[in-house]
Amino acid sequence: MALSLAMTLGRSLLLEGEAGVGKTEIAKVLAKVENTDLIRLQCYEGLDANAAIYEWNYQRQLLAIKVREQAEMSPDEVETHIFSEPFLLRRPLLEAISQDKAPVLLIDEIDRADEEFEAFLLEVLSDFQVSVPELGTISARTVPHVILTSNSTRELSDALRRRCLYSYVDYPDPEKELRIVKTHMPAIDDTLVRQIVGFVQSLRKEELEKTPGIAESLDWATALTGLAVGSLTDHPDVICASLVCLLKTEADLKSVTPEVTARLIGKVA
Amino acid sequence: MVAGSPSLPALPPSERIGGFITHLRHNGFPVGPAETMDALALLNLVHWPQVHDTRLAFKSMLCADKANWEKFDELFDAYWFGRGVKTLVLQDEAQRSRRRDTAKRPDLWDSILPPGVLPARGKLADDATGDADGQTTQNIRASTRDVLARTDLRHIVSPDDVAAVEETAEKLAKAMRDRLSRRRKPSTKGREIDIRRTIRRNLSKGGDPFFLVRRKRPERPVNLIVLLDVSGSMQQYSRLFLAFLRGLLGPWLKTDAFLFHTRLVRITDALRDRDYGRAMDRMTLVAEGFGGGTRIGHCLQVFNEQYAKECLNTRSAVIVMSDGYDTDDPMSVAKQLARLKKRARRLIWLNPLAGWDNYEPVARGMAEALPHIDLFRAANSLESLAALEPELARL
Repeated sequence: MALSLAMTLGRSLLLEGEAGVGKTEIAKVLAKVENTDLIRLQCYEGLDANAAIYEWNYQRQLLAIKVREQAEMSPDEVETHIFSEPFLLRRPLLEAISQDKAPVLLIDEIDRADEEFEAFLLEVLSDFQVSVPELGTISARTVPHVILTSNSTRELSDALRRRCLYSYVDYPDPEKELRIVKTHMPAIDDTLVRQIVGFVQSLRKEELEKTPGIAESLDWATALTGLAVGSLTDHPDVICASLVCLLKTEADLKSVTPEVTARLIGKVA
Repeated sequence: MVAGSPSLPALPPSERIGGFITHLRHNGFPVGPAETMDALALLNLVHWPQVHDTRLAFKSMLCADKANWEKFDELFDAYWFGRGVKTLVLQDEAQRSRRRDTAKRPDLWDSILPPGVLPARGKLADDATGDADGQTTQNIRASTRDVLARTDLRHIVSPDDVAAVEETAEKLAKAMRDRLSRRRKPSTKGREIDIRRTIRRNLSKGGDPFFLVRRKRPERPVNLIVLLDVSGSMQQYSRLFLAFLRGLLGPWLKTDAFLFHTRLVRITDALRDRDYGRAMDRMTLVAEGFGGGTRIGHCLQVFNEQYAKECLNTRSAVIVMSDGYDTDDPMSVAKQLARLKKRARRLIWLNPLAGWDNYEPVARGMAEALPHIDLFRAANSLESLAALEPELARL
């Protein structure tokens, strides 16, 4: 719903939720459905404008200057030449606004970037134009569909929140998760899927440091099919060993003992 | 205020939407006229036959975070269908807490400061020593500096010792002053060469790198926020902690200090006053109710709601100095700490009791709070305060 609204209104969509609930996947699927490109900007601390928008290709510029020296061009000509589009390295944001067909721009884990970048992003997202001092302002040819994701490791600024539509992505209910796993692995056995989903769902209710997401369920399903497990009740030791797909910290692995596993399996079987 | 009264359908849609936005705002949503317009525009733009769709559309438009997200459905139903109406609980609560404050507001400032500081500032030294002598029957007073370092802060009373505490605090502050950034800025003495600027600068030389422009990592001051518990149970420590705070609040640090007991009070300005006596005077004025009960959860909530946005950024360290004895619901401490943790880089809890032998964080508030704290340390002697330095420097 939020997605269709974002498309209708042409506004950015901010997705928040635990890691592994499929926030990034939404953007990928959207790109596929719209049959357009996905441009991804992965945020990290210290990400700056140069890495996000554009940078001049210095090596090429130097080379061009050397070549032009022999060719006896006037300095003005040289300058216009080396600061023209071919020497511009497009980074994701500039790339996104200069496409012919509106792409999906995924700004992933915005909470990892620092606040300066967030403020700067606000400007780009509201006007969809980028100014390069040497070239002038480049306006967007098409307005990209912007999707921002956040794991809420840091509170985002209210200004950014206000400009975006918001959606909190939660772990899916059993029915939905069942459909997801089946879509990804059409060949999988029906009862096994049901058991896997039931198991993961009840595992999420346990007290864990890192709750398994959908990606983990898929991993586990793949692992179990790979190990030729037909039903969770069959090989307790294999199941226990394969739990490394779901539990990602030492404490979690220790807390889910074979007894706990047996109890959870008992519930779904 | 009751929302969702039966007369609503008679109003034109714009007013009903306006009312809905107001209803949300009263319940803590960050929405205003701009959102009203957006919502109206949305209704004109698209027609959904189903309430469910409209609800979802509004939800993603008007919510700003997870808390909003979870509350929205209830508020939506309350306004449009008059179900489970509830609003403005906040105000009642504020009134209740005010009543509680006036009920127990002892004038315990004197027991925290050395007697004499308030009435006659000039006599500070004499009186404080006299005070110490009076206590020697119960407490063994430290004489040498070495012993002083390990003495429980409860027993430190002489002005010299207070000065020593301030000095330690100052050293601490210096140690944690700067945190390096990953972003570079131009500098004549920098280590790396800034290629972009170098080329720009040397265009006039035909592109040969004639001048080199260098860059380095800028140093950024750490932002420090201290919340000091001055309730009854912390009485014996509060004075020394105040001295410690004064040391931390050097002019070079971006620091904010708050006192709390049943209410939260900002004391940054008062504490920056150069005159020790006057600083304490000013604090007396801002912090009535010193030494009473504690409502840690409530105070943290006030901090989160009122000050967090302006005080905290990703380079902030929050230090809470408290023994964790709380008259509030212990769960709320944990909840508010989790909220605080999201905005701050590090959360440090200094507990004087932790320095005692056989201490276990049994106070329920403390036990609930522990999982959210990055660093839990004792702070009952100068030595334990000094031991913090490397931890904070690593920030």
